[in-house]
Amino acid sequence: MSTAAGSNGSSSYRKHTISLMVNNKPGVLIRISLVFARRGYNIDSLVVSPSKDPNFSVMNIVASGEEKTLDQILKQLNKLVDVIHASDRTGEDIIQRELALFKLHNEPEMRSDVLQLAHAMDCDIVEVSEHATILQMTGDSERLDSALKVFEQYGIEEMIRTGKVLMARGQEITT
Amino acid sequence: MTKKFAAEVIVDIIQQQGVEYIFGYPGGAAIPIFDALVDSPVKLILTRHEQGAVHMADGFARATGKPGVVLVTSGPGATNTITGILTAQMDSVPMVVICGQQTTWNLGLDAFQEADVSGISFPVVKHSYLIKNAQDVPRIMREAFHLSQTGRPGPVLIDVPKDIASAMIEPDYDGELHLPGYKVPTDGDPADIEQAAQMLSTARRPLLLVGHGAVISGAEKAVTILAEKMQIPVVNTLLGKGCFPETHPLSLGMLGMHGTAYANMAVKDCDLIMSIGSRWDDRIVGKIDSFCPNAVKIHIDIDPAEFNKTVQMDCTILGDARRVVESINAIVKRGDTKEWLKQTEKWRRQYPLKYKKGGKLKAEHVLEEIQNQTMGRAFVTTDVGQHQMWAAQYLLTDHRFHWITSGGAGTMGFGFPAAIGAQFAHPEATVIAIVGDGGFQMTQAELSTAVINRLPIKIVVINNKYLGMVRQWQALFYDNRLSGVDMEGNPNFVKLAEAYGIKGIRIKRSADVKRLIQTALEYNDGPCLIDVEVEKEDNVYPMIPSGASYEQMIIEAPKVKPGMTAPKLEKPVGST
Repeated sequence: MSTAAGSNGSSSYRKHTISLMVNNKPGVLIRISLVFARRGYNIDSLVVSPSKDPNFSVMNIVASGEEKTLDQILKQLNKLVDVIHASDRTGEDIIQRELALFKLHNEPEMRSDVLQLAHAMDCDIVEVSEHATILQMTGDSERLDSALKVFEQYGIEEMIRTGKVLMARGQEITT
Repeated sequence: MTKKFAAEVIVDIIQQQGVEYIFGYPGGAAIPIFDALVDSPVKLILTRHEQGAVHMADGFARATGKPGVVLVTSGPGATNTITGILTAQMDSVPMVVICGQQTTWNLGLDAFQEADVSGISFPVVKHSYLIKNAQDVPRIMREAFHLSQTGRPGPVLIDVPKDIASAMIEPDYDGELHLPGYKVPTDGDPADIEQAAQMLSTARRPLLLVGHGAVISGAEKAVTILAEKMQIPVVNTLLGKGCFPETHPLSLGMLGMHGTAYANMAVKDCDLIMSIGSRWDDRIVGKIDSFCPNAVKIHIDIDPAEFNKTVQMDCTILGDARRVVESINAIVKRGDTKEWLKQTEKWRRQYPLKYKKGGKLKAEHVLEEIQNQTMGRAFVTTDVGQHQMWAAQYLLTDHRFHWITSGGAGTMGFGFPAAIGAQFAHPEATVIAIVGDGGFQMTQAELSTAVINRLPIKIVVINNKYLGMVRQWQALFYDNRLSGVDMEGNPNFVKLAEAYGIKGIRIKRSADVKRLIQTALEYNDGPCLIDVEVEKEDNVYPMIPSGASYEQMIIEAPKVKPGMTAPKLEKPVGST
């Protein structure tokens, strides 16, 4: 599960956001990841959390691969006995959030620039130390992507992202 | 409530499920369950290898429609079942495989004979369990039987740590199953059924494609009514044999890579093709883009994941094959298929299955003779390769469950143990294992199992001293550069049989075929092995090279002038 989400040159290769409700049991994750791996999909991010019913877990998976294979992947996921349901949420009007931590390298003379930037970009400042500043940012993945581009100019030492979490708008239940 | 050992509860539930036989092989971690079997009416069939046990359970399941049950020990005992589990999974065979396992406190510590068996099984099962809490034993056992035989059947594996099997529990035999993610489709959507019925009525060159799903669901009567009422010709897949009688005038036999020429011509020219429980696999479809491009395609299946997996459909109906076809029968109006039937009959007359008579003994001759003497009443199992395809062509199957072969997985070594399972299921019936000399040697250790139980199986070894199908490919597509196909060192199969105390017969000449087949069929005092020494270099035709279109079907062996070599064919793009 590397995060190399790059293109294989095919135009139908794209990222998909998949939402699942599954039994909260050992071994479920491996069954699900086997469905992706066998069909050439790379999992870019994966979030698993308990749902409001402790018998079930919710999973949000971002994976990239051939568009035409996705239908088969969803069907095979739904076929797993431990999967209650799985659906593709790509491109839907749905609330999605992600959290990222950025560790920026900065010499003392650059620090005020970085702090100003953090303020302008609505990031939380988690820690300031002699040579590094750690910023936290939440938002949709696109927002985090653009922040990443800006921060790159300041020298990113380290970065980690939680992966997407989804929730349907209004009264609709997400999965 | 009285407490019981979990191992006893496992055996109780097996018995409650109506299971008569368990096929298995013991080992340390499984001893508690084997111990519980001592006092149970469920009979244990001790095999000589775990692979044999799984194929026997598979043969039993395919011959009855009921789950086959396997019991093995941990580690290598369990991993030896994986090939057989794959075989069952690929062909949707109901099966429950119970594996002993190291104690729960030793899991993950590389203890003796410990393997992550449920983990290894994930890609090849319908579902699997590792029991971590003894109180879950009855629920999991019942869930396993339920899963294995409902919806699209398949193998379910249960890993039982030794301390779990040895624990005392208060069994609840009627508790609720916990399968919230498991749905079994039954009736088709009326709108889809209506659409299919319309399409069938307006088609002028319709074709029914009958697959294993139709056999499993018991759709034979419904399919026959549909075909006869609508006057639609029927082709069947390798695993679909036995749903629609192959001796029926509307049957064109098997389609696909080694199907009959007339079946394949009908596939190529039809204007509608309706699959009843067939999954359009690569052996049938060949080249996806050029498969029936102008035909309306309808697919009935109980597994929605099969819809549009390879070929794009015009109409899909999710449901049980029998119920869906019955619903179609209730509303469908007959179309005009007279011209079409004339055409298919013309093809049947013009391109019959044929083989060269005279000269060395041919496998086809022997199989044709078996057909003549059994007339479809025998249960036939096969191995994988040339003999399998010839058997599929020449042994016409008229009855459900009478044809047992490894289709999807193509597992060599399957045929003989599967015949043992089928004979246990039908002790009075004639059971014939058609095997090759290569595949038979993979599981021939089960000769002991057959002889101990005095099973009157007829083991027909089509012996060409080659791995014939691979040799055929190397001859046709690889300049006859034979590589790894020579079975030199084959044993004397008749003497081998005799060493086990089994009757052995050898057929070498065409003139003896009729008499010796009759001798074998009449012998009922235990197993009988018939070593048939056939021509070494015979090829199976017709043939559509894998990944090729139906236009590229090779109907018969290319004629080659003396002294010339056959033209080399292009290497197929598809696999095997």
